[in-house]
Amino acid sequence: MAAELHVEMVAADRSVWSGKATLVIARTTSGDIGVMPGHQPLLGVLESGPVTIRTSEGGTVVAAVHGGFISFSDDKLSVLAEIAELSDEIDVKRAERALERAKAEADAAAERRADVRLRAVAGAH
Amino acid sequence: MGAQLRVYKRRIKSISATKKITKAMEMIAASRVVRAQRQVAASTPYASELTRAVGAVATGSTTQHPLTTEAENPTRAALLLITSDRGLAGGYSANVIKAAEQATKALTAQGKEVDTYIVGRKGVAYYGFREFKVTESWTGFTDNPTYADAKKIAGPLIEAVQKDTAEGGVDELHIVYTEFVSMLTQTPVEHRLLPLSMEKTAEETAAKDVIAPLYEFEPSAEEVLDALLPRYVESRIYNALLQAAASKHAATRRAMKSATDNAEELIKSLTRLANAARQADITQEISEIVGGASALADASAGSD
Repeated sequence: MAAELHVEMVAADRSVWSGKATLVIARTTSGDIGVMPGHQPLLGVLESGPVTIRTSEGGTVVAAVHGGFISFSDDKLSVLAEIAELSDEIDVKRAERALERAKAEADAAAERRADVRLRAVAGAH
Repeated sequence: MGAQLRVYKRRIKSISATKKITKAMEMIAASRVVRAQRQVAASTPYASELTRAVGAVATGSTTQHPLTTEAENPTRAALLLITSDRGLAGGYSANVIKAAEQATKALTAQGKEVDTYIVGRKGVAYYGFREFKVTESWTGFTDNPTYADAKKIAGPLIEAVQKDTAEGGVDELHIVYTEFVSMLTQTPVEHRLLPLSMEKTAEETAAKDVIAPLYEFEPSAEEVLDALLPRYVESRIYNALLQAAASKHAATRRAMKSATDNAEELIKSLTRLANAARQADITQEISEIVGGASALADASAGSD
């Protein structure tokens, strides 16, 4: 496929991933959205959740994103998030521990964060 | 050893010890400047993308938002002053505090009441000593600020802006910090953060890409703006914190460098004085010996 879009995923304090992709799937507050090249300019609010990027080389990159925005125009897509982690950066054991602890302490926000991380890892494999 | 010489030696020793400390501090500060600069660079993509997105909403819709609408008759303003926790940085804190006082004066002259928010122990101490009113202050992270710190600061500020002025809210948010221009130049600057002038943001965007695309907003322009603006303020504050940290380290480096240079100068002149004192001691000793010997010779010659 010739058409591709350029993706920049940036967190508040670093650039997480950038490259060419054919499809990006993210979860906005009003539901999952898939963006392909040639999509209409878009600016959306993201929910905590995994963002899946299908790269031009046929690979898949999954990142856990905790809130943020997706913006797309002229085949350039940017994912802005305060915290964003690629699935292979996530420490599964730590996330599992965090999930258990969050459940024990009934900390909904922490539970959701840990859950998003684990889902991002699960989505990558 | 003569008393004079001993005093000089002791002073040289103590200055050498001080010089060692200032030299070490200079080198630590130099390495921290580099790290802080790298952090500023790392936070830039997020800030610029966010500015672009805010610009897109500004041009793509006619949304009115409490964070962007100017009050018709602004009566209260919040001022965020970013200083450092630690001194030994030359005029760094004094300069930025002076800039804040000027800004406060200018705002008061416009008939606005100023609520002061302070970051850094130096600013807190200055305002505390003069018993100026401080609405809220944060300390303990100015050397190495994180995004979470910026969020912590932005929270109450955004809340104050969103509140009605009559209930203790503010109409405007100003920020005073030290901009990192280069290793040698750091200037205190004052910006109005809120209300965001949409025209200005739109102009900046328009200047870059000639035709701003018509965006589709998900879920709606208002909600996007609701979510976007606080993040925008946070990222601006984060950027200001990082620049202030870089400036502080650069100022420390410069102050410590001149302290080291001065110590060297002092050691040099004291060594000269010590040498002269040693020479004087020797000369005196010789003349004493010579005098004593000739007195003995005179005495023995007289007894003959």
